[in-house]
Amino acid sequence: MLGRKRSSSRRTHDPCAAALIEAIGAEKVQVDSAHRALASRDASIYSGGSAGPLCFPTSTADVQACVRVAAEHGRAIVPRGAGTGLAGGTVPLGEPVVISTTRMNRIVEIDTDNRVAWVEPGVVNLDLTRQLAPLGFHFAPDPSSQQVCTIGGNVANNSGGPHCLADGVTTSHVLAIEVVLSDGQVVMLGGLEADSPGYDLRGCFVGSEGLMGIATRVAVRLTPDRPAVRTLLLAFDEVRDCAAVVGAVIAEGIVPAALEMMDKNTVVAVEAFVGAGYPTDAAAVLLVEVDGLDAGVSAHAARIAEIGRAGGATSVREAADDEERALLWKGRKTAFGAIARIKPDYYLHDTVVPRGALPDMLETIHDIVERHDLMVLNVFHAGDGNLHPILAFDGREPGVYDRVHDAGDEIVKASLAVGGTLSGEHGIGVEKRDYMTLLFSAADLDHQNRLRQAFDPFCRANPGKVLPSGHSCADIQALTAAPKSVWV
Amino acid sequence: MSGAATFIEAFADEVGAEGPVAVGGGRTRWSVGGALDADARVLRAPVGIVDYQPEEMTVRVGAGTAVSDLHGVLAERRQRSALPERPGGTVGGALMVGESSRYRLGRGHVRDALLQAVYVGAEGQTVKAGGPTVKNVSGFDLCRALVGSLGTLGLVAEVILRTQPIADASEWRRADGVEPWSLPVRLATASAVLFDGTTTWVHLEGHPGDVASDAASIENEGFVRTDGPPEMPAHRWSLTPAALAGLDHDSENPYVAEVGVGTVHRTQAQPAPSLDPMALELNRRIKAQFDPTGRLNPGRLPF
Ligand SMILES: Cc1cc2nc3c(=O)[nH]c(=O)nc-3n(C[C@H](O)[C@H](O)[C@H](O)COP(=O)(O)OP(=O)(O)OC[C@H]3O[C@@H](n4cnc5c(N)ncnc54)[C@H](O)[C@@H]3O)c2cc1C
Repeated sequence: MLGRKRSSSRRTHDPCAAALIEAIGAEKVQVDSAHRALASRDASIYSGGSAGPLCFPTSTADVQACVRVAAEHGRAIVPRGAGTGLAGGTVPLGEPVVISTTRMNRIVEIDTDNRVAWVEPGVVNLDLTRQLAPLGFHFAPDPSSQQVCTIGGNVANNSGGPHCLADGVTTSHVLAIEVVLSDGQVVMLGGLEADSPGYDLRGCFVGSEGLMGIATRVAVRLTPDRPAVRTLLLAFDEVRDCAAVVGAVIAEGIVPAALEMMDKNTVVAVEAFVGAGYPTDAAAVLLVEVDGLDAGVSAHAARIAEIGRAGGATSVREAADDEERALLWKGRKTAFGAIARIKPDYYLHDTVVPRGALPDMLETIHDIVERHDLMVLNVFHAGDGNLHPILAFDGREPGVYDRVHDAGDEIVKASLAVGGTLSGEHGIGVEKRDYMTLLFSAADLDHQNRLRQAFDPFCRANPGKVLPSGHSCADIQALTAAPKSVWV
Repeated sequence: MSGAATFIEAFADEVGAEGPVAVGGGRTRWSVGGALDADARVLRAPVGIVDYQPEEMTVRVGAGTAVSDLHGVLAERRQRSALPERPGGTVGGALMVGESSRYRLGRGHVRDALLQAVYVGAEGQTVKAGGPTVKNVSGFDLCRALVGSLGTLGLVAEVILRTQPIADASEWRRADGVEPWSLPVRLATASAVLFDGTTTWVHLEGHPGDVASDAASIENEGFVRTDGPPEMPAHRWSLTPAALAGLDHDSENPYVAEVGVGTVHRTQAQPAPSLDPMALELNRRIKAQFDPTGRLNPGRLPF
């Protein structure tokens, strides 16, 4: 191969790749190592993936063709969106055929009569909302990665975002999904009718992390923009007070549109990065947004400020206009970029605890991290108890990955111990696969596997994810390496 | 051992691992999805509120508890659930039938209310689906599979539901001869917009000032206060929201349509909708996976 230009149509010794090229065309299949290396990772720190041929279908028929070729060659398939997943969901195990949806990125139809948009899976989340803006609608789920992540990835992970507190996560905003199953058959799950007959196949597919087939077209619900919005930033001297105010607001029967918490480390990092005007002397801040109509929004904003002050807020700042609101949100939404400037690597966790457990849980996290001599930044969806402790580190430091892993392990277990759950929005993937037995019994996992097998009796779609070995139909030895071994 | 664990165990013992078995709720929707085989043993699901956490907005409750009893307790803390209330209807029944309340436009689909379910599977095993927190994506969504399943995948013993705040103000308004289609988007506080071809009913709920401003915005269209919604015919049709505009007046088969949702209440039943053949196949596979011998609620199927 020396001296030869890398090209997608380069001859390959992989008969499956050759058949894929035959089926959908050389310009839609990449087999060179550079492309495959890119497709072997997602935004998590797992690096044990190894991609087979990488396909870029442009139609449902292309996806069917890829899936059929993969099946004929006994290869698994792995759907891939933008690769921003944080649980290793799209990390390919065992050189499967990787099916990227990035060239299926058309907004097919915006149907305001049914308040729905039909989109291809590769449409970027924020692009859809931008298209909808002139019509007075938006797509409610707004993951912090919304500038790049795809609707297909959102569906597969049942993603959330800051504004999912009042409006619900992706599953509440998806009406119908066209899916290519692992045998190449196409099926429409759900529909635009009020209720679809039969089991809620649509609901089963959302959050299935690529293990039930590939979404090729999605009907998403359009949410009307609300006329009035108010955004508050509350600062606290004590992390505990800040966390307790979260519970106090909800206990009043106020469910804000968004209720996000950031600790001092995050605030300092964000300020240095974008200068959002956050108080860097605070131990923690709450970013709260209420929306709706004027009267309710004003009343709730006033009440939240009161609850905040009574709960120890040292300052309450309200965005005076859209510009200031955008700035406050810019701080929140660029937090991850800001963190990258402090340490070269980070490991972002995702667990949920009951809101009432937040004050203690944040202390527990602090203790765990201190014990492992690491740095933590907390920036998270506090309103629904969805923690995102970010362990920032330098991967070049000897032994640091073990410490990061052990601290993460303790955080997960501590979350479960207070009645929480493994993942609020990032999914299980490979990251938390082997933790599933801590949350679910053998009978529970068996039923999850039965549901998966109804969709994919052959276990060809994204094997080795979500269900721990021994509970999965894809109990293939090669795929059962413990998560630790796929670390860098 | 906690009360809940024992009542689940006792229920699992009753279900056992053999023979046709069903759960009877309030029997308010007993005929949906076919008639139960005559030889099935009919059990009652456990009754009672196990744990109510108003600050978490969650409640853990036996599936045999009447929705109205549950709502009575939640109302003391100014909360409710998205489950529809029917006289005698149980929590488990409402979830298994999966029909949303007439306030779905504002309060959401009944399936979004279920956070965790503990049920007894066809082999007599106790299975947990979902989890207790308001946000959770740990594993496949068995809860969504259960809602609307008519008890054909498992017999639900106990659930954790999401609760919602009860609004400070709510009222019904009605008007004749107005165009109802844009109201769900125009009225931010509308939790129901009903239309029978002539009259439109709007249910507004929210902050008193917001309800007042929404009400004021439609006053000049002739909307006046009214006591409540119309009598709803017994059968439910499922259409797309846009298809409602094409409903013809038929005195033999009058309707009340849920504008913005697509549910239509009519006196005659909807002709059985045809399922995509592959979707039908998936339904059959799911049933076969969960209940290979067909012992759970035999005779009934949602597809
Ligand atoms: C900085 C940052 C911030 C983030 N913030 C949030 C947040 O606020 N909320 C949140 O929920 N997540 C967040 N995430 C995680 C991630 O962005 C979401 O999970 C997102 O939905 C993944 O979309 P993707 O297109 O990148 O999917 P990928 O990472 O490519 O894939 C994710 C999973 O979906 C499957 N998949 C992708 N496309 C399809 C398809 N068409 N059919 C079937 N399966 C498919 C893959 O196999 C994989 O299992 C964040 C990530 C980063 C890096």
